[in-house]
Amino acid sequence: MTMRAPPTPDAGAAPQAGWKRWWASELRHDFMRSPTALLAAAVALLCLAGALLAPWLAPHDPSDLAHLDLADSHLPPAWMADGRATYLLGTDDQGRDMLSALLYGLRISLMVGLSSVVLSVAIGVVAGLVAGYAGGVVDAALMRLSDVMLSFPPILIALLIDGVGRAMFPHADDMLAFAVLILALTLTEWVRYARTVRGSTLVERHKEYVQAARLVGVRPGRLLRRHVLPNVLGPVLVLATIQVGQAIVTEATLSFLGIGVPPTTPSLGTLIRIGNDFLSAGEWWITLFPAAALVLFALSVNLLGDWLRDALNPRLR
Amino acid sequence: MLPFILRRLAQAVLVMLVVGMGAFSLFQYVGDPVSNMVGQDATAAQRAQLHAELGLDQPAPVQFARFVGHALTGDFGLSLRQGREVSALIAERLPATLELAVVAALLSVAAGVPLGVYTALRRRRWDAKLTMAVSLLGVSLPTFLVGIVLIEVFSVMLGWLPSFGRGATVQLGGWSTGLLTLDGWRHILLPAVTLAVYQLTLLMRLVRAEMLEALRSDYIKFARARGLPDRVVHFGHALRNALMPVLTISGLQLGSLIAFSVITETVFAWPGMGSLFIQAVQLPDVPVMAAYLCLIALVFVGINLVVDLLYAVVDPRLRSRGPRAGAAP
Repeated sequence: MTMRAPPTPDAGAAPQAGWKRWWASELRHDFMRSPTALLAAAVALLCLAGALLAPWLAPHDPSDLAHLDLADSHLPPAWMADGRATYLLGTDDQGRDMLSALLYGLRISLMVGLSSVVLSVAIGVVAGLVAGYAGGVVDAALMRLSDVMLSFPPILIALLIDGVGRAMFPHADDMLAFAVLILALTLTEWVRYARTVRGSTLVERHKEYVQAARLVGVRPGRLLRRHVLPNVLGPVLVLATIQVGQAIVTEATLSFLGIGVPPTTPSLGTLIRIGNDFLSAGEWWITLFPAAALVLFALSVNLLGDWLRDALNPRLR
Repeated sequence: MLPFILRRLAQAVLVMLVVGMGAFSLFQYVGDPVSNMVGQDATAAQRAQLHAELGLDQPAPVQFARFVGHALTGDFGLSLRQGREVSALIAERLPATLELAVVAALLSVAAGVPLGVYTALRRRRWDAKLTMAVSLLGVSLPTFLVGIVLIEVFSVMLGWLPSFGRGATVQLGGWSTGLLTLDGWRHILLPAVTLAVYQLTLLMRLVRAEMLEALRSDYIKFARARGLPDRVVHFGHALRNALMPVLTISGLQLGSLIAFSVITETVFAWPGMGSLFIQAVQLPDVPVMAAYLCLIALVFVGINLVVDLLYAVVDPRLRSRGPRAGAAP
């Protein structure tokens, strides 16, 4: 976004470990001068901190059934007429404190979203490096597979994989249900990283530093890890940032549809689904707060991703 | 040209076979159908006989071939929960989904293209900047939330529009349409807008980017140098060139509208294929899932095939280089 920044050489062409250097220089400079990026990062960090510290921040433990009191159900937020100070954001239909449920829900949403992104980056980067470097049958197979997968919308693929997982394990316990969900999101997203990395690897493979490393006898595994990998990570970083938001929205959608996280550990999507039943009765707070948290986080991550893409794109400078 | 068409067709058939294999393998997880059909005291011999009658003793490839044969005639068996023909279930829900998707597509084009053009032409003005910022919100908002908000505002608070169902429908042959009654239009409005929001923002951003690209080109500078009025330069030259990729993308988006309708239909209790599919996933009801999977794949493969072939007609370079040239990331 900042067009006035001084022109820089093509960052992708820098030798290995170059990305550390840009972080130290222009990237951080750009970041500090972009109010949007700063605000987005602040909101995202706030959500992250809330999720990480949920057990300490939350005034109640929503999973502790002993403390649920049905007499306290359907209470509005504290600042409204019937509200109580102990339940800052009100309670849901089972007397659960909304603030606590929100923090724990955010924790579950972020855990599912982040772990699926980490997994899909790991799978996608390895597949892309190998396909781009080895070429031949491996490459052709990967490209055909990704052609098929990218022609379907991600939410549909996630739905289908989730559906297959449910059909395979009809009586899954919570752990397995989580694993199926994370796997569904991972299998949906990894192809994007694989394609991006494959493209950059094809370019890097013919550069002199790779040829030189090969000439002095560096073995393929080490060559890919130490020499090629650092130079293809830029676009992966941008994609991963945007995909964190995407994964959390997809998870929320699946949970909203009732086929996401198990009901005993509600995520933001589950909370919104529960609240939706009481919305027409005027109890807006059960839906509004989880929905706002979801949108704020997704929006700030998208803004960060947009900013990062522009900041790393030498053509926009 | 002919080798290209044949290769592309073969690729489409291959994709359908892979999807079919996925659908077929779903059936392996529902358990042995025979144990549901015979009584508790059936002997092993009776079970084996029934297995043989149903063809379940044959090797998997033979069973798969039969599955494909049945699927080609639209026969996916009976729904496990409703006990009815899956093809009949889908056929009666298809019109609702298609009408919803088409109305949403028209809405997103009707609003997305003008907004994209406007934000490109007036990109330094505050209202254009505001539209762009709001559009980012549109991309970040999950579809189901848009639906909830619209229901809350227009059905609960204002009470203007109904929040669920299709309303009055008219039978035209085997097709039930809601587009011929006022009640049907009142019902379709909210779900169609919900479904259109995401596509609209994507389309608007795409049109804007393509317009900006076109406005930067040499022929626009030349047109201006010739002294043509802005109106001709913007709409006669720039927009016309910007619209080519937009047309392709909106064609491809029709498929994702049908896929996204899964969510919208659930929020609005719209009696279409999407809500049928979600119920099937929740249960799980494998024949319905398999049929929906194959049908959606067919729609996507069909749309992609048509778009690729049209591209080949327009751009002769693609014919010689094969499909990979067009598939660069």
